[in-house]
Amino acid sequence: MIYREAGQFKTTYRADQAVFPILQDRIAILLILAVAFIGVPALASDYLFLAILIPFLILSMAAIGLNILVGYCGQISLGTGGFMAVGAYAAYNIALRVPELNLLIVFLLAGGCAALVGVLFGIPSLRIKGFYLAVATLAAQFFLDWLFSRVGWFTNYTASGSVTAPQLKFFGYIVHAPTGKYLLCLCLVTVAAVVAKNLVRGRLGRSWMAIRDMDIAAEIIGIRPLQAKLSAFAVSSFFIGVSGALWAFVYLESWEPLAFDINRSFSLLFMVIIGGLGSILGCFLGAAFITIMPIFLNQVPAALGIPLSTATVSHLEFMIFGALIVFFLIVEPHGLARLWAIGKQKLRLWPFPH
Amino acid sequence: MKLSRISAIAAVAMTMPLAVVGEAAAQNEQFIPSLVYRTGAYAPNGIPFANGVNDYMAMLNDRDGGVNGVKIVLEECETGYATDRGVECYERLKGKGPTGAAAVSPLSTGITFALTEKAPADKIPLLTMGYGRSESADGSVFSWNFPLLGTYWSAADILIQHVAKKGSLKGKKIVLVYHDSPYGKEPIPVLQDHAKKHGYTFEPIPVTHPGVEQKAVWLKIRQGRPDYVFLWGWGVMNSTSIKEAAAVNYPRDKMYGVWWSGAEPDVLPAGDGAKGYNALALHPAGTVYEVHKDVFKHLYDKGKGMAKRDEVGHVLYNRGLINAMLTIEAIKTAQAKFGKKPMTGDQVRWGFENLNLTAAHIKALGFDGLVSPLKVSCADHEGARKARIQQWDGKQWVYTTEWIEADTKYLRPKMEAAAKAYAAEKKIEARNCAKQS
Repeated sequence: MIYREAGQFKTTYRADQAVFPILQDRIAILLILAVAFIGVPALASDYLFLAILIPFLILSMAAIGLNILVGYCGQISLGTGGFMAVGAYAAYNIALRVPELNLLIVFLLAGGCAALVGVLFGIPSLRIKGFYLAVATLAAQFFLDWLFSRVGWFTNYTASGSVTAPQLKFFGYIVHAPTGKYLLCLCLVTVAAVVAKNLVRGRLGRSWMAIRDMDIAAEIIGIRPLQAKLSAFAVSSFFIGVSGALWAFVYLESWEPLAFDINRSFSLLFMVIIGGLGSILGCFLGAAFITIMPIFLNQVPAALGIPLSTATVSHLEFMIFGALIVFFLIVEPHGLARLWAIGKQKLRLWPFPH
Repeated sequence: MKLSRISAIAAVAMTMPLAVVGEAAAQNEQFIPSLVYRTGAYAPNGIPFANGVNDYMAMLNDRDGGVNGVKIVLEECETGYATDRGVECYERLKGKGPTGAAAVSPLSTGITFALTEKAPADKIPLLTMGYGRSESADGSVFSWNFPLLGTYWSAADILIQHVAKKGSLKGKKIVLVYHDSPYGKEPIPVLQDHAKKHGYTFEPIPVTHPGVEQKAVWLKIRQGRPDYVFLWGWGVMNSTSIKEAAAVNYPRDKMYGVWWSGAEPDVLPAGDGAKGYNALALHPAGTVYEVHKDVFKHLYDKGKGMAKRDEVGHVLYNRGLINAMLTIEAIKTAQAKFGKKPMTGDQVRWGFENLNLTAAHIKALGFDGLVSPLKVSCADHEGARKARIQQWDGKQWVYTTEWIEADTKYLRPKMEAAAKAYAAEKKIEARNCAKQS
């Protein structure tokens, strides 16, 4: 009833090709942005900012990056944690060696470094596909892990191999409060999402999808696999690198290579799969599911006043979380984003199904 | 239809915990967070420690009604030894209770590093007893860190002192098998530096988290036949190392663990293979101490203890007791200055900095024989830097040496230099300790 596009005529191609062609969607997205930019900073507590929203936003950005590679270009990667580490250590080294540089530029350069490394490790994708590629990207993960824990230069020869981020200083203003950090992440993630959404709608995105759907056919209609695949690796790694820098600088503030180990790669891949392959919205849904759900499950018994031991609570957390993953994958193998799309379809007809 | 109902219930359930988090707490309570790991690869070591902390606080509540009449409220949060979950736990618990968290013991070097950046802003002291950042012993830079009883640099120094006493180290070979994390890497600079001084060759060999795969490491050791192997492991890594050492027949009595590699869960899985293995000891195991009598009387006789009765007195359980006791004594010290009410993190920090546990005081607390006297000051946040060597005889840990004290004259300048470098990097101004009261 509310969600109906009847009467919304598109008279130009421009209107027809808009990101959100339906008026209601545009209103909804504006409302969400307003809540995120104005409502949340006004209301949320420090805990919500520092422990929930900031990691959620940063990992959403990483998921967007990975989704470009896996969801849009069809190249499975298990090296995400490694590329995040490249971003984090690149940002650390740039900020350390060129301290007068604005941090925003540092983050972008860190993304650039990650993109370069991504392209390098993307080269095998021209010859190998599917599971074999996944194994090849695992090599990236392990190599980068090894590099950052063994080569002292990257950690400025700190004894323990753990490095600390410098102060978050932008244009002479030090971001210290949780709200400031949140807004910083939110701005960057919003920009990333807009850029990603437009990339995948354009020529580049369409060439990625053609490669994903059938690479030989794509090649025949004139898409160069080399450029398509490597550009997917580059763009994907860029986003992942920036998110790695944010994860290190804004969330952890002091980190070691273990923060970007293979588990990080897996959890990001799960985010993308559960959220929905080939969907920007799915990245946010998946990131929310994988990061927030365990923390939420961990707090339910205490909030309901059920006295359980800490060990039982975390065992329950694992069990319920695992069951939920299986549940969602059975209900909708195409991910949470697909569930949402089905919901929207139903809503168009509601309450008159005919 | 069905799905929408499920999602409606989920949505309602979703909002609940977030709403209840801000629940008002009673006024006369001291809130103490406890970051634990009762699951995962490090659980065998995390559980007894957490039980010890919990039991000491519960015993105080039962025996004395808390600390100077202020009830202690302890809340556990499972970190699984993961840094990001540890940060989440810290954020979750830091503001609870009427005065916020009194002190945080992260029980993970990785989490300690992350919280070192966050605690000063929140004004919460970090108690990292026997672990954490070694240079944080310099309190003039690290105002909020308290690596009481010893740092890893002290531990490395003590081990070298011990083996050097057995004969000159010139031309000898020492291998460090370490957990590949900041924890395991901490002792390396001191061991390298000593290598130059004593003339031994030093080889560090990393073991990847969680440390169940060590075949290659021990094959290398079998080929190299080092004179001593130092073990800097945690969780399942320790028992795996000892088992592998037995498998390649490396003499266990040439192996020395740090104090985190010298507890029952480390040697018991290796069975007879662990016989002769040495480790540093910060304190003894056993239940013959006064404090255990109270723990049994007030908790286990009433069926309220956290651990199994026969696990009370294990090395890490006792360490949990000591960790809890130090936190409480810091609160008491603070209360002596600021009044007998719940203390804020800032006040507890003052308490830690002015902590002075004399032998008589320790005896009164029932820790006689468990803890040696320590005195913390602005410049020295370590308090004491002594350990003994213990050996596993197949059934229990037996002391083989007297107390060995780390060489302050040698370590202090290194610590100060490292702390100064940190201060320069973070643009922190060091406090002038001469002016601190």
